[in-house]
Amino acid sequence: MDLVSDQEFLIKRNNNTYEVVIGLEVHAQVISNSKLFSTSSTKFGAEPNTQVSLVDAAFPGMLPVINEFCVKQAIKTGIGLKAKINKKSVFDRKNYFYADLPQGYQISQYKYPIVGEGNVILDMPSGQKEIGIERLHLEQDAGKSIHDIDPNNTFVDLNRSGVALMEIVSKPDLRSPDEVNLYIKKLRSIMRYLGTCDGNMQEGSLRADVNVSVRKKGETNFGTRCEIKNVNSIKFMQMAIIYEANRQVDLIEDGKSIDQETRLFDTKKNETRSMRSKEDAHDYRYFPDPDLLPLEISDKFIQDIQTDIPELPDEKKKRFIDKFKLSPYEANILVSDIETSKYFEAVIKEADVKLATNWITGELFAVLNDKNLEISDSPISANNLAKLINLIKDGTISGKIAKTVFEQMVDTNENPQKIVQERGLQQQSDPKALEELIDKVIENNADKVSQYKSGKDKLFGFFVGQVMKESKGKGNPQLINKILKEKLNG
Amino acid sequence: MSNITNQTLSELIKNIKSKKISSTEVTKAFVERSEKSKKLNAYITDNFSSAIKKAKNFDEKPNFELKLPGIPIAVKDLFCTNGVKTTAGSKILNNFIPSYESTVTQNILDQGGILMGKLNCDEFAMGSSNETSFFGNVQNPIKENLVPGGSSGGSSSAVAANLTPVTIGTDTGGSIRQPASFTGTVGLKPTYGSCSRYGIVAFASSLDQAGPISKNVKDASILLEVISSFDKKDSTSIEFKRNQYSEELTNNIKGKKIGIPKEYRVEGMPQEIEDLWRKGIEYVKECGAEIIDISLPHTNYALPTYYIVAPAEASSNLARYDGVKYGFRSPGENLIDMYEKTRSEGFGEEVKRRIMIGTYVLSSGYYDAYYLKAQKVRQLIKKDFDEAYTKVDAILTPSTPSSAFKIGEKTNDPVSMYLNDIFTVPVNLAGLPGISIPAGTDQKGYPLGLQIIGKPFDEQTILNIAYSMEEKIGFKNQITDWWI
Amino acid sequence: MTIDLKTVKHISKLARISVDEEKADKLAGDLNSIFDFIEKLNELKTENVEPLTSIAETTLRFREDKINSQNIREKILKNSPDENKDFFVVPKVVE
Ligand SMILES: [Mg+2]
Ligand SMILES: [Zn+2]
Repeated sequence: MDLVSDQEFLIKRNNNTYEVVIGLEVHAQVISNSKLFSTSSTKFGAEPNTQVSLVDAAFPGMLPVINEFCVKQAIKTGIGLKAKINKKSVFDRKNYFYADLPQGYQISQYKYPIVGEGNVILDMPSGQKEIGIERLHLEQDAGKSIHDIDPNNTFVDLNRSGVALMEIVSKPDLRSPDEVNLYIKKLRSIMRYLGTCDGNMQEGSLRADVNVSVRKKGETNFGTRCEIKNVNSIKFMQMAIIYEANRQVDLIEDGKSIDQETRLFDTKKNETRSMRSKEDAHDYRYFPDPDLLPLEISDKFIQDIQTDIPELPDEKKKRFIDKFKLSPYEANILVSDIETSKYFEAVIKEADVKLATNWITGELFAVLNDKNLEISDSPISANNLAKLINLIKDGTISGKIAKTVFEQMVDTNENPQKIVQERGLQQQSDPKALEELIDKVIENNADKVSQYKSGKDKLFGFFVGQVMKESKGKGNPQLINKILKEKLNG
Repeated sequence: MSNITNQTLSELIKNIKSKKISSTEVTKAFVERSEKSKKLNAYITDNFSSAIKKAKNFDEKPNFELKLPGIPIAVKDLFCTNGVKTTAGSKILNNFIPSYESTVTQNILDQGGILMGKLNCDEFAMGSSNETSFFGNVQNPIKENLVPGGSSGGSSSAVAANLTPVTIGTDTGGSIRQPASFTGTVGLKPTYGSCSRYGIVAFASSLDQAGPISKNVKDASILLEVISSFDKKDSTSIEFKRNQYSEELTNNIKGKKIGIPKEYRVEGMPQEIEDLWRKGIEYVKECGAEIIDISLPHTNYALPTYYIVAPAEASSNLARYDGVKYGFRSPGENLIDMYEKTRSEGFGEEVKRRIMIGTYVLSSGYYDAYYLKAQKVRQLIKKDFDEAYTKVDAILTPSTPSSAFKIGEKTNDPVSMYLNDIFTVPVNLAGLPGISIPAGTDQKGYPLGLQIIGKPFDEQTILNIAYSMEEKIGFKNQITDWWI
Repeated sequence: MTIDLKTVKHISKLARISVDEEKADKLAGDLNSIFDFIEKLNELKTENVEPLTSIAETTLRFREDKINSQNIREKILKNSPDENKDFFVVPKVVE
């Protein structure tokens, strides 16, 4: 989990204090086999223009036919956002010219979106904060313009053209780059639980337009906002917000006004700048797409989707806390990513919850972090980790030995039982054998024994360490303690 | 046997089926006459040699079960045809060869039809005289320098001049019925949703429909039977029980109630048309139908509504012609420059005018005043018809307010050109079926048509009424072959 | 309603159709006469009328989520004005 500061994000200039108001329009690519209005594949990474149908390339006379699954995915996401599902929605055309927009318009939803108001809960250090969702609508993705192959030309790849997008519009409820970070992650987490968007920002499955305005702290009216288009990483979103908020504050402090405009975040220069090319094309001339009829869905259609909704992070977290007595912090870590939660639940099916929590959030996360791996690619399977935990629990190995076994598991992906067996790492729990070792230690350290007996209690730890050493680390610590105490005190 | 090209579609089908003539003979006859008729400028692209080859193939392995056994047919150049250039009458698609077939033309091919060529039309079907085509105006075979109507002007001319036995056009505001009326042919616009729009170059999506143009009503019913189909590739295609229109065709219209809308008596309409209409009323009465006076109070608002809705949709539908994926491109210094030059040089004046109107009525600040307003008035126009159809089975009106005019006569006055469609446009706005049949001539000897408008999906009733009127009228087109 | 030259320029920009000076004048004239004719609609009161978007009185039909279209790159690119076997090509776009 990200540690966010509890401090407000404020900008101070002269004697004025400003707060920043942020709203996000997140574009989330829908997981589906085929595109929203055509039957070509949505798969990422194909050769250019190999997943383009006549419809996607807007050939004369080609018509859109809607993909039912994409509609279901949008409704599913709407339910995950605790939002109102609109039984009637309308597809509109958003008209503008661009090289990677073959129709000359994007089919989107304007006045009547498929999903209405909802909310997302953020876990802040100071408690929970609710971020309002304004709406979610379905629309087509554009193709890709490639500017760096040829110095004089732009190349256009339409593979992405027509892939279904959910545009999720938040209310202007976000107040800091940290909140934006949490919001995006929470949204992604919910969609990954639902299987409606893979949230892969490197592949562009999740992008956002960031609306930023500033106002003096305490002011209730909103300032003029600027929209920063198509930012594709959380880090860039945060950098863009910081830059943009400061730019706006500077303008206000200089007595200048802010133009409501679309801006671009230049990742090399770390600054936002005005997008001149889109300036005169701002009148989108929305109107209902006459090639498509209104989308009407029945109660039954929605109910069937409802029954398909899995346990979502907020509920799962509550269950982990209530049932397993995890701390909110631990629960958050374990539910925020669906793969982590799946892993955790697989482990605790066979092993102790407390140990599982500690081992996953401790050792396992450290390894994954170190190797830069996703939990789904973990070198240690949930099954093997459960086995390891059980070896600790039943006293076969100590926690310390377990770390050695774990290290080997990382390298070899072996069954921990086998490792313990082969390397003879079983814990020494035979009282007779331990007694022999203890006697030897007492015999060899007669001076320390008399010091101990004359009241130097702290030396007990020394004896334990010596016995452990003699047992090559395999002695059962509880037993060693017990026998040592009897011998020394007796 | 009479000259092949004079025969109606049903005669040709009968003669081919009874092996009196072969598909090759028929195809060659139409090709030969088409070759001799270049002066009419009815074709944009011919497919003659391929058609003859296909006809030979048909004759080698004939299938007489088909509805159009080896029948050569030329179609409006708005239908995309696999491997055959499709231009929509525009320079911007001058070099475009589709790799796919429109559903409507596919239906024709599936029933044994043979594509003879692509017929001239107004650019993107925007026009009422076929004068906006990039490929030049079309001559009306009735008389030299007379327009054949539009936008399916090449189609109406080709049928009237016997260059093709039948044809298909498209009708957005009257583009089948008005040219049919101007050339003494039969033209039918089906109910919106009857014929798939898949593969038809779009003009105004909520109004466009394909339909037959033919020499007589029977032929229209045969062709409608072939082209009308439910199509999953068109979201506005409607699933309903389609009749075997030609088999169910009857001249028995006894007891049918036929409405006469008083609002169609427009100011300045020539007396001849008024007379023709009255005659039409007499004919249907003689056939045993009942005449009922009705009112369609918003008739006068149909054209202004149409000239908002159609250009608005067109401005968006034509945005794809941008020089990027196919068609004409004018090189530019940058992307925007390329767009602006390509579209400025690639589109003709009327198309540009309509794109401008459409862009304006959708633009911010004007949407409610124009586009939304028009959609509301469209609702009122539709309600007028709904109301009328509680009392009548069909409506009888003139097809056009005038007969064919001279080439060049109206090109400088867009509004007077638009007025041509005054009787046909309401039918498109309400999505209804309508048929125009030749009903007589004016003093100059130019054909005039009457229009029968039906209830949604009730093409059979208007075909039957047209069929019985046709018998009474006994119209014979006077074609002198002046161009040969 | 009068459509002036400035408006004509603005619309032509939106529509991506360049209009030269002399044509702009004629176009403004044409558009004005067309809009005079369209203004007739203002005679009607329509506050309580539901706008009609589609005349087909059904609702949207669904398609199954199946991939039916295969790689047809060659067909897709064959008509493109700038010949390239992998991409559509347009003059350099500067953001
Ligand atoms: Mg946006
Ligand atoms: Zn969007």
